[in-house]
Amino acid sequence: MTISRRESLTLASASIAAASIPTIGARAAVTDVPTADVKPLDYKLEKGAELRVLRPAKFIDPDEVYWRENTKKYTDATGIPVRVDFISWEDIRPQTAVVANTGAGPDIVVGFSSDPQIYASKIADMTDLADYLGAKYGGWQELSKLYGTKWKTNQWLSIPIGGGAGPTVYRQSWVKEAGYDKIPDDHEGFLTLCQKLHTAGHPFGMSLGHALGDANGFASWLLWSFNAMLVDEDGKIALDSKETIAALKYATELQKTQVSGNLSWNDSGNNKAYAAGDIGMTFNGVSIYYFLKSSPDPKLNQMAVDTQHQLLPKGLASRSPMSATPMNAMVFKHTKYPNAAKDYLRFMMEADQYGPWLSNCIGYWSNSLKAYSKMAFWTQDPKLVPYASGMDTPYYDGYKGPVTPASSAVTANYTVVDMFASVVTGNATPEDAAKRAAQQAQRYYKT
Amino acid sequence: MDATTGDLALEWKPRKQHSRIGRLFDSKPFLVALCLLPTVGLLVVFLTYPLGLGLWLSMTDTTIGQPGEYIGLDNFYSLFSDPVFWGAVWYTIFYTAVATVGKFLLGLWLALLLNNHIPFKAFIRAIVLLPWIVPTVLSAIAWWWIYDPQFSIVSFVLVDVLHWRTHYIDFLGSPWSARWSLIVANIWRGIPFVAITLLAGLQTISPSLYEAALLDGASGWQQFRRITVPLLMPILSVALTLSVLFTFSDFQLVYAITRGGPFNSTHLMATLAFQRAIPGSQLGEGAAIAVSMIPFLLVATLVCFFGVGRRKWQQGSDND
Repeated sequence: MTISRRESLTLASASIAAASIPTIGARAAVTDVPTADVKPLDYKLEKGAELRVLRPAKFIDPDEVYWRENTKKYTDATGIPVRVDFISWEDIRPQTAVVANTGAGPDIVVGFSSDPQIYASKIADMTDLADYLGAKYGGWQELSKLYGTKWKTNQWLSIPIGGGAGPTVYRQSWVKEAGYDKIPDDHEGFLTLCQKLHTAGHPFGMSLGHALGDANGFASWLLWSFNAMLVDEDGKIALDSKETIAALKYATELQKTQVSGNLSWNDSGNNKAYAAGDIGMTFNGVSIYYFLKSSPDPKLNQMAVDTQHQLLPKGLASRSPMSATPMNAMVFKHTKYPNAAKDYLRFMMEADQYGPWLSNCIGYWSNSLKAYSKMAFWTQDPKLVPYASGMDTPYYDGYKGPVTPASSAVTANYTVVDMFASVVTGNATPEDAAKRAAQQAQRYYKT
Repeated sequence: MDATTGDLALEWKPRKQHSRIGRLFDSKPFLVALCLLPTVGLLVVFLTYPLGLGLWLSMTDTTIGQPGEYIGLDNFYSLFSDPVFWGAVWYTIFYTAVATVGKFLLGLWLALLLNNHIPFKAFIRAIVLLPWIVPTVLSAIAWWWIYDPQFSIVSFVLVDVLHWRTHYIDFLGSPWSARWSLIVANIWRGIPFVAITLLAGLQTISPSLYEAALLDGASGWQQFRRITVPLLMPILSVALTLSVLFTFSDFQLVYAITRGGPFNSTHLMATLAFQRAIPGSQLGEGAAIAVSMIPFLLVATLVCFFGVGRRKWQQGSDND
């Protein structure tokens, strides 16, 4: 395959756009990544190799711009043409399934979370590449290991690229008016803050409707911060527990402080309400801040200055119960150019490429390799700090059981979200809801 | 002009013996088969095959990424004990019933109004069709904004302009208001189809019937009851059947506005089937839910046809 005129035009405009996007301490990025001296991986590139890559669509421009620019750099360096298709998040799963079932199409699919577990028999082993990257860049973050390796082994199925984390996003001045410098880390304190914000007319707002990312993230935080969990280490449903009941009761109190309408929000609900000044605090990725900061409207820029991020309150947990949704790259066995495919991924993960991409996404993606947390941009804008450790977490979809496709099915069916939603609206008692949700979850964890 | 026949005397040419292909094309059964072929082909490829595949999938435990095995009716047994599934069945029936009644009452009313002589008739009739013409996804997004808890135009008018309420309305935040909101959106979208279809039916009714009734001293209600309704029945039953089918298998409105939330109270069978099959990866179970719609659709179709349209005109004879 050769790069067509149209594609080269896109590439050209992409690099022009790249140049015009304000860089946040990014150009110097490459030098601020500590690397270990590791013997370089020398993949024998196949003659006449060409690659096709499927990737989730961007939510913020630099994600695509820098990805394309890095890809072009790879083509320039190796002569291997690479075509990258950005497709919508919802289409990734079905398309990956088609790729896997037909054994044709893209050589590399960048999927999500537990996808590599589903296709374990159809994707190439990545242990050599993962070991090399881990050794060079200070090791993999905890969440990378959970999603990248076969459960409880050191065998790598995929290369986790980066994760989208959702810490607390809040208006500093309003939280200060309520009498706080920071968001309290305990349940009681957090609830009191929410009550004060509610009284002041700047309530907390987080979806409990059918919002795939937001509502599931919020429900997971409620569970995990009470040390409750969907399944235990052996993969048995453990949802119907006294910890879950406590979380449900707490959520009911919290709901009274929430903005009206949070039960019908989809994933854009809190973003819209925050930008409109209707809520003072929510949980979200960096996209709200990015949107406010890069808006041409000075009022929104001012709001960005007043916006602050913090890890989710710990509650009873020992670490902040916050997970991330990682992009997870797989090389399918059907590819004619496995070495080129791996080499492309290696190239994209190396500091010269990954650094600028990461720093220009300003936290939209949290790094999967530890060394990248040391990059200067994380601290140059202190608001970004919580995102630097987005993948440094033991929490994942379907915590604490084995990483399996079953947890994705529970997430997609809003089982835990609906449990909370039915209780906080008074439509079910905590006990009934927990029992029913456990039965629902059991449908997908059946063996 | 005088016709001179002499020069144009027809030359008699004996008909050539047809070749075998020619004879083949003369045979009626062959021609029938040939003309049917494209349609049958299309139906098989785009209807029978997907339907058959759906039926087969519903009897397997296929997930996205894993070819499944035949498991008989296990998916259906498991669904029968699933309250979410029964909730979706219940709401689908409720949604279809209420929305259909609403659409027909308002649609008939609109058709009767449009049947009168009013200024700008053609223009108004075109406008009436708008909800039907706009792609459903777009109108669904418009309704989604109308029902937004923070940015609803309805709430804005009631609270900020008219000061009739102090709080914005949370249309989609609780089960019943969400259900009714979706039904209203569906009715809005369905009215034009009913109105235009019934209007076409109204225009086929001969004005002489009304004149005769007028001479006999029939009141407006009697005219409606004894002339309009019976003569509208044939087209009414067709419109009703189609409308019930469309409403029962609705997907886009619900998926764009609530995705089945809050807590599954607004799931239709179609949205639940999609949620389980594609985002949830359980293709077998999703297919089973979709297949479960077939009996309901059959019953609904039969009821519409035989219930509303049991009169003799269906066989082509006079109404009695």
